[in-house]
Amino acid sequence: MNRRDFIKLMASLGIGSALVLEGIDKIGAAAEVAPDSKALPAKHWGMVIDVSKFNSPQDFQKVAQACHQYHNVPDIDDPRHEVKWIWQEDFEHTFAELESEYLSEKVKQLQFPVLCNHCENPACVRVCPTKATFKREDGIVAMDYHRCIGCRYCMAACPYGARSFNFFDPRPYIEQINSDVPTRTKGVVEKCTFCVERLAKGQQPVCVEASGGAIVFGDLDDPNSSVRQVLKDNFFIRRKVELGTGPSVYYIIGGGGASA
Amino acid sequence: MLEKALYGSKRYYAWVGLLLILCVIGLAAYLKQFNYGLGVTGLSRDVSWGLYISQFTFMVGVAASAVMVAIPYYLHDYKTFGKIVILGEFLAVAAVIVCVLFIFVDLGQPTRLLNIILHPTPGSIMFWDMCVLTGYLLLNFIIGWTVLGYEKKGFPAPRWVKILTYIAIPWAISIHTVTAFLYAGLPGRAYWLTAIMAARFLASAFAAGPALLIILCIILRKWTSFKTSNRAIQSLATIVTYAMIANVFFFLLEVFTAFYSGIPGHMTALQYLFAGVNGYNNLVPFMWIATVLAFLGIILLLIPKVRRNEKGLILALVSVFVAAWLDKGIGLVLGGFVPNAFGQVTEYIPTVNELIIIMGVYAIGLLVLTILYKVVIGVREQNEVAEPSEGF
Repeated sequence: MNRRDFIKLMASLGIGSALVLEGIDKIGAAAEVAPDSKALPAKHWGMVIDVSKFNSPQDFQKVAQACHQYHNVPDIDDPRHEVKWIWQEDFEHTFAELESEYLSEKVKQLQFPVLCNHCENPACVRVCPTKATFKREDGIVAMDYHRCIGCRYCMAACPYGARSFNFFDPRPYIEQINSDVPTRTKGVVEKCTFCVERLAKGQQPVCVEASGGAIVFGDLDDPNSSVRQVLKDNFFIRRKVELGTGPSVYYIIGGGGASA
Repeated sequence: MLEKALYGSKRYYAWVGLLLILCVIGLAAYLKQFNYGLGVTGLSRDVSWGLYISQFTFMVGVAASAVMVAIPYYLHDYKTFGKIVILGEFLAVAAVIVCVLFIFVDLGQPTRLLNIILHPTPGSIMFWDMCVLTGYLLLNFIIGWTVLGYEKKGFPAPRWVKILTYIAIPWAISIHTVTAFLYAGLPGRAYWLTAIMAARFLASAFAAGPALLIILCIILRKWTSFKTSNRAIQSLATIVTYAMIANVFFFLLEVFTAFYSGIPGHMTALQYLFAGVNGYNNLVPFMWIATVLAFLGIILLLIPKVRRNEKGLILALVSVFVAAWLDKGIGLVLGGFVPNAFGQVTEYIPTVNELIIIMGVYAIGLLVLTILYKVVIGVREQNEVAEPSEGF
């Protein structure tokens, strides 16, 4: 290489790297996109579930089906490998520490929809070694499926059993793929996301829509929000509050007309 | 120095060949898991960690135990351990490699392993575990290899290695403390949520690790030119005795707290492990065998006549080692998943494929250990034959 070629090469390298750096700047700027004008804002998303409105298996089925279909949750029969975002447990299992032999038949029969509690102080986020699961500013505990290494530390940390692991490729178990949201790959953990992609478009979570008023969703930090109104008028319980996780999913068993 | 590992007796070649075959079989089993996913294991939604992670935990202890040879030798100038301190360091090297491999085979997305470094998360104990384990691996390898290299040439070890040996001592404590913190800070797992977890881990490690080291010394003494003195072995056995007593004592403290407080969450895991819950009792025989072996090992080690007899000593050490392995390499991790978040029990039975992978990982560890020990023996043999001045 003569001197002339060398200078040419250096010059082109210089221009090239300048372009690259400029591009990186642009990417950085793009990362802070303005939210959709229709996006629902909140400081702390929370959910209130009126258990008395889940009377028949169908009441719950339509909610779980809507969620699982929308989110491409595979339908795996084996309880060891199943993936579930929202499902039902009875009182004794949902609130194992409140179990009593004198529970009324009515309470014993109640079925509680359970899902990720989107904790204020989430243990799963604390333990994740890659920040693949993280807490957003609006309180939602979200997942980056592309960053998850599948160590399952979050599953050991979650006191609610809310997380599922893809023990194999889930895609063959999805009946109809919804292209609005991702499918997952084998070897990553997944769970309920409070429908972040719908909130960003101004829509309520799927389960809330499908529940026909049995599930209320809103900003816990806003005293005038629907969830706060329901909480003001009803006695509520949350799962395992003694652990300090601060679950954002509230259960009311009242069944009073004022609830939802 | 590595060339010393290339020449050996027929027995040596056969042993290395056997280990290589086991490695290949293990690799084949791993490829199956790599292609299909962790569904080929016995793991489940409720028991999301199994034998891989429990073997990892146990082997961190074996790695940390090198410090039980290093402290007397480097800090107290206990010269009896002078010859075997390198065996402890190289055992730590092999053990840490095994640990890293067990983490690797446990990952659902192993190709993304570097995300731990690309997105460092100091809030996660796993990040710190990676840091301390990597550091400990490097420390022990550099110390062992350098000291041996100088020994080969007939020089005393350089000063900077001495500094590293001092750093390695608290570092060894740190690897097992951080590994205990992986478990001890999780809010929903009562069996793991205990302040003496790190202390228990260290006690169990300082019993099982040196027990293994003595057995290795006895094997080397029988089959190779590496002769460890009886005095060194008896000193190590004393360490094993009291570490095991501490280990059992710490475990009984857990039993007291759980059952005297009567808090169901704290009792359930112990009930599951030792009696079974709702008919789920897979681990009961293992835990009772561990209990019997723990006491048997301690009693045998406390009787002078038995521990001074090679066969008696081996029996005692194997008892201690197996007891510690059953407690930490099986009961600890699996007990933590009982009860699950809904107060239920799910049992875990490893699959054959999973066991073959575990065998493969241990084969790799044994291969590394064999090669490192062969180099040590080769260097010592050469120095015994050669005149001290020949190197100049």
